[in-house]
Parts: sequence; structure tokens; C-alpha cells
Amino acid sequence: MSKMIDLSKEADEFLKKIEELSGEKITSCIQCGICSGSCPMINEMDLTPAQIMLMTLLGQKEELLKSKSIWICASCYTCTVRCPRELDLSKVAEALRQVKLRLSIDRIDINKMDKADLEELPPIALVSAFRKFTG
Amino acid sequence: MVKKDIMEEIAKANKSVIKGVDKKDIEHWATIYIMGKAYRVPADLTIMQAMEYAGYKFIRSCGCRAGFCGACSTIYRLKGDYKLQTAMACQTRVEDGMYLVQLPFSPAEKPIYDIDTVEYEENSFLKYFPEIARCVSCNTCTKACPQDLEVMDFIQAALRGDFKKVAELSFDCIQCGLCAIRCPAEIVQYNVAQFGRIMYGKYGFKENEFLEKRVTEIKEGKFDKEFKRLLSLSGNKIVDVYKKQQATKSKYLKKGGKK
Amino acid sequence: MKIPYYPGCTLKTKAKNFERSSIAVAEMLGVELVELPKWNCCGVVHSLTSDDLIHHLAPIRNLVRVQEMNEEKLVEDEFRLVTLCSMCYNTLKRSNLRFIENYEEREKINSIMEREEDYKGNVKVVHFLEILRDIGYDKISDKIKKPLDKLKIAVYYGCNLLRPKEVGIDDPENPDILETLFESLGAEVTLFPYKKMCCGSYQTVLDKESVADLTYNILSNAKEHHAEIVVTSCPLCAFNLDNRQEIVRSKHSEFKAIPVVYFSQLMALAFGLNIEICGFDSNYISALPLLKKKGYLKNK
Ligand code: SF4
Ligand code: SF4
Ligand code: SF4
Ligand code: SF4
Ligand code: SF4
Ligand code: SF4
Ligand code: FES
Repeated sequence: MSKMIDLSKEADEFLKKIEELSGEKITSCIQCGICSGSCPMINEMDLTPAQIMLMTLLGQKEELLKSKSIWICASCYTCTVRCPRELDLSKVAEALRQVKLRLSIDRIDINKMDKADLEELPPIALVSAFRKFTG
Repeated sequence: MVKKDIMEEIAKANKSVIKGVDKKDIEHWATIYIMGKAYRVPADLTIMQAMEYAGYKFIRSCGCRAGFCGACSTIYRLKGDYKLQTAMACQTRVEDGMYLVQLPFSPAEKPIYDIDTVEYEENSFLKYFPEIARCVSCNTCTKACPQDLEVMDFIQAALRGDFKKVAELSFDCIQCGLCAIRCPAEIVQYNVAQFGRIMYGKYGFKENEFLEKRVTEIKEGKFDKEFKRLLSLSGNKIVDVYKKQQATKSKYLKKGGKK
Repeated sequence: MKIPYYPGCTLKTKAKNFERSSIAVAEMLGVELVELPKWNCCGVVHSLTSDDLIHHLAPIRNLVRVQEMNEEKLVEDEFRLVTLCSMCYNTLKRSNLRFIENYEEREKINSIMEREEDYKGNVKVVHFLEILRDIGYDKISDKIKKPLDKLKIAVYYGCNLLRPKEVGIDDPENPDILETLFESLGAEVTLFPYKKMCCGSYQTVLDKESVADLTYNILSNAKEHHAEIVVTSCPLCAFNLDNRQEIVRSKHSEFKAIPVVYFSQLMALAFGLNIEICGFDSNYISALPLLKKKGYLKNK
């Protein structure tokens, strides 16, 4: 006998939205954990990459949007090349970030950045960080 | 207030174009929509004149009436066209079916910098205007610019710390603010450009040796006699001298001096 | 051979030594890197959401410039676009692939661009390391004036040269393009298990401490395998591995600084090019003491 998890309407909508934004079929994740095991940023994360997948599947919007992990992902694509289901977690993380950024909630306040940092950082760092952390 | 008087005087002088003509002598009419309300105006007026014709009185959004001050930024759409267009109200003729509104002001943040102490370095733009790193190269600013400047290109040059290019490409900017209003990255292009020009003028521009030579000559009194002569002339004589000088100049220019 | 070349903003500012040395090395090998007459920042990171087209305008606009260069005969029937920066490479190539495959999206992008001619999908984005591979390593060996045989070198790939798979210039799990290059220059290339591990990338803006931790791990791994110098092809890797050593050293007093340079700098050295062209004075941790010790800078 198979058991089904019933998702609330909102949870289901959230899952659909992330699937659409990321273009990834999140329901095909088998929770093998290879992504988590490969992730170079795992030490800084509060949710592991595999947890992100599961929680997205369950539509746990609030916890996900609160988590540090979605901002810690460095888009290094290590998990992307290793996932046995050919899922691209970097796209899922981006979709989750975008949900927040599109509400005009930025991760970084450019106005408050340290002038010395701005002088030191190469354009490549600033351009990429603003792409990922501001909407 | 002296300033307001002057404004009114200029407006009055300008009105000679639209007043004193009998309505029945006007052949072509255009219907425009100012903030949604329709007005029939003579078709050969500028947007600014048309608004005055319609009864508006400018206390802002109007300055030089000559396309220089950048005060009269206007956005409009034409009937049947999805494009949002930009114009300077004093420089653009009305068109039939124009939906328009003037931007009284474009809010902008300008960082405070001291040009005597700012470093003339590749990252100086990013230090004071870090948001330029958000440019998505959409070119919307360039399309919006009534001065036909390559606005995106000078923002890109700023990102690369190229003061010379910023200064040269933005030289004709009138700070109208239309680019800044349209930019999805919320960049204030004209302030970036102004910083670039000031810095390039101070640090990047090679001092002109002719200028220096001439200043020394003036200081040494080489032209004192001539100055004295000019100052002693009557008004009419001065005009003659001026006309003669202009004639010589144009002759020289025709002969093959550059520009 | 003349090839259109896309520099990217960082090579014009903080990584001028990367550009200068690469152009000189290319010239020695008979390749002229012709800078796009007009170009804009590529945006550094590939936009990963399906509905976001606006961030692809920047890369695609640069590809249109390659078409223009051919029309203006600045290059001859040459639709390859070379980059030096790994991140530019990744961003340009990934967008290119997306819009070659997806005609409908390409039409949309073309209509938004408006002022440029349409992108026809005929440009190929390549990394300079691929050009070197095509030239052939024996031809590169022929140019050596000072073999790098006195140096133990760790080659660092980072992410953007290798991943994702359809973009990588080599096997994403077992790359050896940099190893082969440096072996052909006579160097001893050390084992370096962390060569593909991410340096933390743009996190350096938000959280330099955690990037410094990654730098510490990566460089310690290189040193454990007796590397004396690390090479990279990405100005962001270079910044994180080089400049962030300052924080590493404040946290780990036993950590000894190790120079991190661009592959082209050491190539220029091996080719006997002028030391100014090598640009070792603008790396954060200077490689000069090491190179002096090894006898590469005799007349200084
Ligand atoms: S590696 Fe792929 S399948 Fe495995 S847990 Fe991660 S996302 Fe799911
Ligand atoms: S792409 Fe993000 S989640 Fe995946 S391994 Fe890299 S940092 Fe971790
Ligand atoms: S650059 Fe901007 S502010 Fe300057 S003239 Fe053009 S649109 Fe106006
Ligand atoms: S409008 Fe803004 S984002 Fe677009 S090109 Fe101009 S400066 Fe860049
Ligand atoms: S990757 Fe970087 S340095 Fe390279 S052009 Fe793009 S933004 Fe500029
Ligand atoms: S290692 Fe770091 S900077 Fe280098 S390619 Fe990866 S993310 Fe980029
Ligand atoms: S009023 Fe000055 S530009 Fe139009």
C-alpha cells in the first residue's frame, strides 16, 4: 500500500512556482544526499542542499525563505555535475533567492558597504554579488 | 522673488509665438492629452508652448527654453504605439495623439566626495557609485536619452574605471534625469558622468601648453595696451570691432583651419 | 591568426597583468587577440531562472559584436570569441548555448536589443586555454627560453572552467588541461586534490571570513603536496586565494603565504618575456622572492 503526503494548496503552489522558476523537476529527487556531500559551502549552511530539495518538495516556503543556505550557495555547480537524477540544485537555490528578491527584499545593502572594501574588491566580485543578492 | 519675475518675463517673451494669432488663421491643429485631459493645440508648437497654450503655467520643469538646462524632461506615448518616448518639452513639437506628462523632478542620490582627495583610480567609480555594478546592459538609458548619448557605454566605461571615455561620451549630458528614471538597475547615470568629467578634468586631462603660454603672456602685460584701447571705445565702436573680428574668424575658418 | 577577444571589466582594472601577459604569450604563438571594438560587462554569473531573459542581454550583445567584427572585416570569417576570465567564459558560453538551442527566446532577446543587428547564433565562445590546446603543446614547448623545471606548481581550476558539463573545457571530474600545459613548460605539477573545489566566489563580498576559511583549506591542501606556487585563470579565484590570505594569516599564525598567479604570467616567464609583461608586481602575495630564489630573475 502506498502512502501519499497531502500537500496544502499553498504548499503545492509554492512547489509549482519553484519548479517553474528553476526549470527543475524537484519531485524526481531521490534524497541520496550526494549534493550535500559535494557542497563546498556546507559548513556555513543551516539547511543542507538535500534538505532544500526535500523542503521545496513539501512546499515549506517560510523555512526555506528564512534559511541562510539559499544565500550561501556559491553557484559552483559541483552538485549539478554529480546529481544522479541530473537535477540542478543551483537553479533551485536561485529560484528561492528570486522569490525574495522579487519582493524587493535585498540580501545586501549597497548603501552600507564599507568604502575600503569597495576600493579593494575587483569588479567581478561586486557585479556577481549584486546579481545574486539584489533584485 | 527676483527669480520668478525673470521666469515670467521669459515666458511672456516666448508667448509671442502663441499669442496674437487669430484662431481662424491657424491651419493645423493637434489633439494632445496632458495628464489624461485632451487639448486642441496649434500643431506647430513645442510641447512646452502647447502646455502654456492650454493654460498651464510653469513654475518648475522649465528653465532655459533652449534645450540646455535639462529641466523640461517629458515622457509620452503616441496613440497606437506601445513605445514609451522621452523628450525635452522645449525642443519637441507636439504630435497628434500624444499622451504626455512632464517630470517635475527626478530624485537622485549624489554621494559626497572631495575631488582634492579622491583617488584617481580604476575602482573610484565603484567606491562612490557601487550600484553601477548592477547594470544589466539593457541599453534602456541610451534609448531614453534626448541628447542621443551612448549612456550605457559610459556606465560600462565607469565600471572599467575609464575616466576619459566617461568624460568624452557624456560631455553633452544636460542632466535631464530621463535615463535614471528608466534604469532597471536604479543607477543615476548623470551623477556618475559628472563625477567622471570632474575627475578627468582635474587629473586626467593633459594641461594645454598654449593655454599656459597665453596666461604667462597676459600676466607679463603683452595685451595691456590693447585692453586699454578696447575699454576706451564707445559702444558702437565696440560692435564694429566685434563684427570685424568675427569676419576675420570666419574667413580663417573657411581657409582650412579645423572646424 | 586573428581572433575576437572579450576582456571583461576586471582584466581592465584589477587584473591588468593577466591580460597583458596573455596577449604577449598569444603573440609569441602567432595569435592576435583582437579586442571587441565595443563591449559591455557580461554580468559574471549566469542567470539561472527560466523566466529571466533580461540578464542574458549583456552576454548576447557581446556576441553580436563578433558578427559585426566579421562584417567590418576586422577578423576574417572568425566566429570564435576568446575569453581569459573563467567567469566571463562561463557566462558568455552558457547564454550562447541557451539561445542557440532556443529560437523563440532568441527572437525575444533580439527584439529587446533593438539597436543591434539580430544575433544569429553563429558565435562560438572559447577559453584561451582551449586555443593553447589547439595550437599544440609541442609548439608551446618550442618557445621555452626558461623552462619552469625549478618550480613545483599547483594548478587550480575552480568552478567556471569545468562546470556545468556542457560548458566545461575539460572533464569536470578529472581535468588535466592545465597540468598538460605546465608539464609542457617543463614544470613539476604537484598533486592537488582540491583543484576543483570552489573558492567561495562572490561570497567574498558578503562573508569574507568564510571565503578565507575555504582559501585556507584549498591552499593548505596545495602546500601539503609541496606546491610552491598556485596558478589560476579566474580573477575572482585569484582575489580570493591571493588577497584573502591576509585574513587567513591573521587567523592561522602558522600559515605561510603562498603566491597565486595567472597561468599566463608563468607562461610569459617561461617564454623569456620581459618581467614587466609578466606583471608579478601586481599580485597581492608577491611571487618575486620565490622566483628570485629559484634563479629566474638573475639580472635583478
Ligand atoms: S544529489 Fe540530486 S537526487 Fe541526490 S539528493 Fe541531491 S538533488 Fe536529490
Ligand atoms: S551549487 Fe550551491 S549547493 Fe551546489 S554544491 Fe555548489 S554551493 Fe553547494
Ligand atoms: S545622459 Fe541621462 S541625464 Fe544626461 S542627457 Fe542623457 S538622459 Fe539626460
Ligand atoms: S538602463 Fe541602467 S541597467 Fe540598463 S544599460 Fe542603462 S545603466 Fe545599465
Ligand atoms: S565576468 Fe567579470 S570581469 Fe568578466 S566582464 Fe563579466 S563582469 Fe566583468
Ligand atoms: S573557484 Fe571561485 S571564483 Fe573561481 S571559478 Fe569557482 S567560484 Fe569562481
Ligand atoms: S527648458 Fe531647459 S532644456 Fe527645456
